[in-house]
Amino acid sequence: MRHFFRRKSSCQIAKDRLKILLISDRVNCSPEMMELIKMDIAKVISKYMKIDADNMEIQINTKGNKLGRGGKMPSLYAHIPIVDVAANQDVVSK
Amino acid sequence: MEERHSMEQKGSEVIVVTSGKGGVGKTTTTANVGTGLAKLGKKVCLIDTDIGLRNLDVVMGLENRIVYNLVDVVEGNCRVKQALIRDKRHPGLYLMPSAQTRDKTAVSPGQMVKVIDHLKEQFDYIILDCPAGIEQGFQNAIAGANRALVVTTPEVSAIRDADRIIGLLEANGFQQMDLIINRLRMDMVRRGDMMSAQDVVDILAIPMIGIIPDDENVVVATNQGEPLVGSSSPAGQAYANVVHRVDGKEVPFLNFDKSISFWTRVTGIFHKA
Repeated sequence: MRHFFRRKSSCQIAKDRLKILLISDRVNCSPEMMELIKMDIAKVISKYMKIDADNMEIQINTKGNKLGRGGKMPSLYAHIPIVDVAANQDVVSK
Repeated sequence: MEERHSMEQKGSEVIVVTSGKGGVGKTTTTANVGTGLAKLGKKVCLIDTDIGLRNLDVVMGLENRIVYNLVDVVEGNCRVKQALIRDKRHPGLYLMPSAQTRDKTAVSPGQMVKVIDHLKEQFDYIILDCPAGIEQGFQNAIAGANRALVVTTPEVSAIRDADRIIGLLEANGFQQMDLIINRLRMDMVRRGDMMSAQDVVDILAIPMIGIIPDDENVVVATNQGEPLVGSSSPAGQAYANVVHRVDGKEVPFLNFDKSISFWTRVTGIFHKA
């Protein structure tokens, strides 16, 4: 575990920067646009269940597996923490 | 026809050495892998595809022997054979130099494929030194290749460019792409100031075929015009292992972490002598 008082290592900074950079490079999609997509997805899902939008993550991988390569088709991965599945059930029943 | 058939059965491989970013070690890698394969007794042809900024001849120490070049071949000023420089130090090793006074547009991808098809008849390995960038020079270099070595250093800019290149190679139908991580400094990795080889592999997600430690002997070798593959220096050893892996053998990765003090001692002895 990294100590709180210690600065983030420059290696970790490089990795974090690359992660963001490559996502937008690989899909030719800017971080701003990713943020818009994320907000829209959150809005739609929120109609049906209560989600934790602050901790939601989306990512586009150009390739199949979790490392980001392997398949040919880019795919969108969304990690959406659900707070309450039952919420807004009435919307579905309508 | 018969000869070509048997050659192809043995698996004449056309390998492009590429990186996207300049200055990460494409030419050094081409020179060392090519020389190493020749030392294994293979017939190897190195092609410098960096038209206008040729370097491979200098790294190989063959700059004084150039008569004809790649552009002369495609323009029909000479036969393919006439442009090939034989490296007298290693039987079976040849260099096709690039033109210094022309630019990338002097050659087309189609012409490259033709030249390579001709060379395939005579060589086990054809290794293409790709120029930096993703423009026509890159397109020329990859046109005739069936395999790629992607060179990168553990830096954000180089990895980003390598990722782009891998994407382009995939889009061009490349099935076999292997990663070479160049200029790794274990001391910095240990301090947390450099990405480790594993970090880079995790990000780029293609198989790793070699880790080349940052080694001042590379500069010395370039000064002398003699690739250091196979020498006792850390980079020389690492390149020798890359060569074996390119040739299809399984070789464990060197542990530079442990061997640093050992190598310092070894080179220390040589400096004293």
